[in-house]
Amino acid sequence: MSDNSTTSTTAESSQPHERSRTGEDAPLVRAVNVLKSFHGNEVLKGIDLDVHRGEVVCLLGPSGSGKTTFLRCINQLEAIDGGRIWVDGDLVGYREEGGHLHHLTDKQVAAQRRDIGMVFQRFNLFPHMTALQNVMEAPVQVRGVDKKKARARALELLEQVGLGDKPDSYPAQLSGGQQQRVAIARALAMDPKLMLFDEPTSALDPELVGEVLLVMRELAKQGMTMIVVTHEMGFARDVADHVVFMDGGVVVEEGKPKDVISNPQHERTRTFLKRMRTEDDEARADAASTGTTTTTADV
Amino acid sequence: MTDTTTDRPGVIDARPVRHPGRWVALAVILVLVAMLVTSFLTNERWNFPKALEIMRQTPVLEGLWKGTIIGTVGSMVIGIVGGIIIAVLRLSENPILRGVSFVYTWFFRGIPRLVLLAMIGSGVGFLYNRLDFGVPFGQQLASLMGLSSDFTFFTLNVNQFSSTLLAGIIGLGLSEAAYMAEIARAGILSVDKGQAEAASALGMNRGQAMRRIVLPQAMRVIVPPTGNETIAMVKDTSLLSAIPVITELYYQTSAIGNRTLLIMPAFVAVTAWYLIVGSVLMVGQYFLEKRFGRGFGTPSNKRFARPAGAGGA
Repeated sequence: MSDNSTTSTTAESSQPHERSRTGEDAPLVRAVNVLKSFHGNEVLKGIDLDVHRGEVVCLLGPSGSGKTTFLRCINQLEAIDGGRIWVDGDLVGYREEGGHLHHLTDKQVAAQRRDIGMVFQRFNLFPHMTALQNVMEAPVQVRGVDKKKARARALELLEQVGLGDKPDSYPAQLSGGQQQRVAIARALAMDPKLMLFDEPTSALDPELVGEVLLVMRELAKQGMTMIVVTHEMGFARDVADHVVFMDGGVVVEEGKPKDVISNPQHERTRTFLKRMRTEDDEARADAASTGTTTTTADV
Repeated sequence: MTDTTTDRPGVIDARPVRHPGRWVALAVILVLVAMLVTSFLTNERWNFPKALEIMRQTPVLEGLWKGTIIGTVGSMVIGIVGGIIIAVLRLSENPILRGVSFVYTWFFRGIPRLVLLAMIGSGVGFLYNRLDFGVPFGQQLASLMGLSSDFTFFTLNVNQFSSTLLAGIIGLGLSEAAYMAEIARAGILSVDKGQAEAASALGMNRGQAMRRIVLPQAMRVIVPPTGNETIAMVKDTSLLSAIPVITELYYQTSAIGNRTLLIMPAFVAVTAWYLIVGSVLMVGQYFLEKRFGRGFGTPSNKRFARPAGAGGA
């Protein structure tokens, strides 16, 4: 969409902001004053966020803080009630014409989602397809890629996530960590310019967390733009360029990971981080007492 | 091997629990079966040889093939396709389509098949003895404006059509679609919401997500009750005689029975045929269930325990 699509929104949104441009230094994702309620319950109370190309942003915060909802708003799994989100200069979910917002059609929404990869907490692999078919499905059906080419690319991606030997396994035959890695490969198959991760390791057994985080670290190293909702403090500290701490539907604190995680300014951030740390310690103590090695939390 | 040491418990060799009740039940059933078989052999009115003969009569075989088998296949195809379409409409976001689907189900589930078929057979032909396909209200428009053409492209003689097997198949199929719609709806709703979400996150539109992701998984839930419906339909094809279509298994066998006064052998013959067709269908259902159970820990891959929360399903 063109630049002029955002001009008149400045007046409507609560904070004046620069027009989003599609230039190299413009943020890939720009969210301004995002509002969302479920049945009168305000979940997002005005979220602002800029994510630049190649950046890894971690969203931290207690459950119910709205971080997952915010992530889902970016690729329109939830519709926002107020504010604006732009991805790569395009207004998400609407087009602006004659000073009015118009809902996008089903087809246009699908087209916007194509370039945004999403990884779910519960993997959501297609259980009736093999790992290879899961990865091939969207390129063939959505982009119309030739089956042979899609297959070759899918095998390459499975190799990249360390599952080159399991193309013909059904999801039910894979461990949680393996399933989540297939899910990452499936999202990458659409060559997204942005990857969203919704608590990708929360449903995993502790000893399987490491293999998924490793794949995500590799991805970050390759320069993928990523927004990650996570409770893995170690990952946030090492990999994120920017961390955002959310609570009660607002951004409480944000900045460099070493500032926010190691030296939080707000009481709420401090309490949350302290609790996370204690849990980490307990997990480590548990692992030590049962004699298993652990790769949790601080991989 | 350490198993041989006596201080640690080894292989379990426990006596099974006794089930004397089972043996008593078996004895009782065996006696009853023996009595029944004796009656088959000694009561000549059963007349099994005649029953076998009736089963092989040409009109009976023709009735079995046309009315029962083609009738079942045809009406189930219409019923399944129609039912899935109606279920998808019922779950659509468009309130008009939802309403259409509801009214359809309400109507066709509400009237007995016998009445529906009788109505198609005689009533429709009486009300509309020909169907003209053309521009809506074309004839009225033409007579209003005095045009020579009445915008009719072709005409169907309803009276000739309404008493054919095809009309009966359409009638049974329309009725079946109402029941299949409920089955398909349950199947679609049984698929985890995360599946449609994952599909749309990949950029699939609603139709693609339904066709490629949701329906194939819904089939796992849809197939068993559909097998049930199919076997019920085999029996309901006997209602075709209400159209009246008489190339149908029950009509033909009972006609022979009445004509030759071999009433009971005719019943035996028709029962045997229905049981045979039903058994074949049960075998087919088994393979269909296996096919649509792919990836769901079917017996073919029980080497793998299904991990908790696998695939979000």
